Amino acid sequence: MLGRTLREVSAALKQGQITPTELCQKCLSLIKKTKFLNAYITVSEEVALKQAEESEKRYKKGRSLGDLDGIPIAVKDNFSTSGIETTCASNMLKGYVPPYNATVVQKLLDQGAVLMGKTNLDEFAMGALGSDTGGSTRNPAAHCGVVGFKPSYGLVSRHGLIPLVNSMDVPGILTRCVDDAAIVLGMLAGHDPKDSTTIQDPVKPFTLPTLTDVSKLCIGIPKEYLAPELSGEVRSFWSKAANLFESEGAKVIEVSLPHTSYSIVCYHVLCTSEVASNMARFDGLEYVLGDKEEEPLRTVSQNVNIGQKCHRCDINVSTEAMYAATRREGFNDVVRGRILAGNFFLLKENYENYFIKAQKVRRLIANDFVKVFNSGVDVLLTPTTLRGAAPYLEFIKEDNRTRSAEDDIFTQAVNMAGLPAVSVPVALSNLGLPIGLQFIGRAFCDQQLLKIAKWFEKQVQFPVIQLQELMDDGSSISEIEKLASVSLKH
Amino acid sequence: MAAPMLRWWCLGRRWVLACIDGGSRHGRGAAIGFTSSRKRGQTSVAQQPLITSQKSRKGEHEWAAVVGLEIHAQISSNSKLFSGSRVHFAAPPNSLVSFFDASLPGTLPVLNRRCVEAAVMTGLALNCRINKKSLFDRKHYFYADLPAGYQITQQRLPIAVNGSLAYSVCVGKKPSRVITKTVRIKQIQLEQDSGKSLHDELRSQTLIDLNRAEGQLRVDANVSVHHPGEPLGVRTEVKNLNSAKFLAKAIDSEIERQIHELENGREILNETRSFDYKLGCTMPMRDKEGKQDYRFMPEPNLPPLLLYDTESLPPGADPQQVINIDWIRERLPELPSETRERLIQQYGILPEHSFALLNEVGLLEFFQNVIKETRAEPKKVTSWVLNIFLGFLKQQNLAVNESPVTPSALAELLNLLDRKAISSTAAKQVFEELWRSEGKTPSQIVSEKQLELMQDQEALERACHTVMEGHPQVVMDVKRGNPRAINKLIGLVRKATLSRADPTAIKEILERKLSP
Repeated sequence: MLGRTLREVSAALKQGQITPTELCQKCLSLIKKTKFLNAYITVSEEVALKQAEESEKRYKKGRSLGDLDGIPIAVKDNFSTSGIETTCASNMLKGYVPPYNATVVQKLLDQGAVLMGKTNLDEFAMGALGSDTGGSTRNPAAHCGVVGFKPSYGLVSRHGLIPLVNSMDVPGILTRCVDDAAIVLGMLAGHDPKDSTTIQDPVKPFTLPTLTDVSKLCIGIPKEYLAPELSGEVRSFWSKAANLFESEGAKVIEVSLPHTSYSIVCYHVLCTSEVASNMARFDGLEYVLGDKEEEPLRTVSQNVNIGQKCHRCDINVSTEAMYAATRREGFNDVVRGRILAGNFFLLKENYENYFIKAQKVRRLIANDFVKVFNSGVDVLLTPTTLRGAAPYLEFIKEDNRTRSAEDDIFTQAVNMAGLPAVSVPVALSNLGLPIGLQFIGRAFCDQQLLKIAKWFEKQVQFPVIQLQELMDDGSSISEIEKLASVSLKH
Repeated sequence: MAAPMLRWWCLGRRWVLACIDGGSRHGRGAAIGFTSSRKRGQTSVAQQPLITSQKSRKGEHEWAAVVGLEIHAQISSNSKLFSGSRVHFAAPPNSLVSFFDASLPGTLPVLNRRCVEAAVMTGLALNCRINKKSLFDRKHYFYADLPAGYQITQQRLPIAVNGSLAYSVCVGKKPSRVITKTVRIKQIQLEQDSGKSLHDELRSQTLIDLNRAEGQLRVDANVSVHHPGEPLGVRTEVKNLNSAKFLAKAIDSEIERQIHELENGREILNETRSFDYKLGCTMPMRDKEGKQDYRFMPEPNLPPLLLYDTESLPPGADPQQVINIDWIRERLPELPSETRERLIQQYGILPEHSFALLNEVGLLEFFQNVIKETRAEPKKVTSWVLNIFLGFLKQQNLAVNESPVTPSALAELLNLLDRKAISSTAAKQVFEELWRSEGKTPSQIVSEKQLELMQDQEALERACHTVMEGHPQVVMDVKRGNPRAINKLIGLVRKATLSRADPTAIKEILERKLSP
């Protein structure tokens, strides 16, 4: 049951083959068994069981709320969840319990979804695992063999999504199949008065039509995406995919996105600038800084010589020193590095040369896509990542900036242009790890994009991971656990 | 609580109409008003320099001062500029704070329509060009009362620019000489306010109230001096002045200080200063950190603000979603300059009187109500309202709406005067009595105190005759051509008639009797 698609599970619930509570408990059990993976920061067991119970009542009365009623969901820990700790995986927000739900969370709960918990991420989403600002829904999806969908910017509300880069952030959807992603999108998309950057029109849930004939499609292959670091395997799957479309009658052409090579640098300037601004509110005063709440104050009073000038200046001096101390404690190196860089770019003397320049380059990058789509291309087909997931030891060798520069290379220009994109799992690598490919669509043509992705998914028939086997076979779990704990110590 | 616009005008009167003493060392640079609002949902207009010539004590080079004002005014609205929480004066601390106001992570600003309309209205009233597209920015600095670490403002492209305001200034000692000046308004911008900090010295702590509805006008003054013909001098900023009186004092003292420093070979630092009310001079405020870099950045969560006029309005646009500048312009109330012009045309009053009528809250309405009910000439009404009525109000520090004398009462009194039922001296007496004891009508007071003018012509003639007979010497003086002598006779007749005779009538009778 846990490996089925949303529709299948929903049907099973409706037919009474399984109850929401049973489903919820199976999920909780699997979460417990895979705890060593550290995928969840908070597991909201009580809340989930209560929601499952209510869903069950509705099913018994024959009054289910829809396709999502009773379905277990997980939400990344940078979405605000009322009454449930939301930390962004940072010490700065440790213990912070928001009083409100993000709009997308509320919409899912209104549909009867069962919230299992808050999932892990890089601190404040500044790594490969972020919400989709640079690719962090699509990249992990590719590495894990699931569908990762990034909607068009402005289609889904960001209210309650703790921001990284306001002008690029988008709530991303991770599901087992494209159809499921479409179902969820139908529930989440549309105008939110609380988010002024959402489109004006409401969006109705839709059923994704099944594409049978691709002969009228034009698929674009951006030549700049043929990076030298691209692994042979990924390149080969990319080729095969292109050939697949061609053999089914679609037009497959090479296109050019000439400013691709500037996008990483441009992204870093804009990202760090917005980050510096968004992190300004985290001064360690308002959000409980865990046990360390007392410490920063003590440090400051030891180090700062109060009593010289006027009282107001004293407060200024000690407040600033206190902010500096708590921000040092509350943020990790990556976050601090980005804040410092961002503030540098925003200084009066640098603003023109860095921030404004980057905005101009961003426009050029976005225009690249516009030109290509205007020339008759329906979607672009690209790799999602350079290669399959790296083993942990290799992963920790490079610093965060290099790593994310590499990981985001195919995904991040999409965020700059605000376009919709989806990563679809294609095949397993020689090491048995998943590899995905990315489709990029026109702005606000999310449905069409998903339609094409769904067709492709059907052709590829990627094997779904058999969790049930893993769960039943107790010995292999403990082996994995041992291995995991060894590498984590490094 | 008075609406911001009204308050602003009152502010203008108190110090603009104060006289410039030409003999002093420093004339005052004429007041420049322009609003800049730092309140949530407040309009902000930035500064405009104006040069005035001054003479130094030593009589050496002339000094010219340049003054720019940044005025922060709160918009009268039900909810805040970017969040739905309510605005209410003197609410308990932190009782009107939404998630956005507390800067909880994940919250986003949503623009308040009413505030935009108010800003457009202000811009139109101040003859500004309304920018059909304006932008929002973040201004970053760390302070406890700024929970987000930045303030949302309009630095790059504000909602209105290049306006002007005409105002009047008294010249000379007599209040009658008034000249009109114009000041430029650089810009009006919408801006978010920070919270309120309350410093608890005793416990060495600072408390923050995030309601932000202080409802006060706050002004920062930028001041510099230079010799005419030379480049502008280094400016200082005097912050957080709350009253017109202290604003004027602060500017004056700062001009004085700067001239003094420069004349003694020292330099002016580009710094922020505050005004010490007790000492009556400015003091440096921040320590020598150097200039703050606010790291301005576009506010990514607010798209550009687009305004339309009737011509550019997209067809089929939802009126809830768009703002039409022309529509707002049509709904502007009559502006003070129009009102003044109308008063001058309609009632023939003097320009300086039109200013005076508008500069006191409720006075114009009072005046118009009196006019409605009296036959007396507008000039008479103006004189009574501005001199006698206003005089009594000021003496007892009352507002117009606290006056014990109603417009009807004054109208009745003026009617009595107009038909010569009483003399003007008597009228003043009646007025005093009206002021003291409420409830009595002028007619009642007149009969109680027997202030009616003698209507009996014969009796008056007899009285004149009697006086003339009793004072032959004075009569001789008159006949000899002494112009002042007749006044003595008039005075005697008045005394004899217990001041109940109209001096004009007395004079007329005497002259008749005395003519050959």
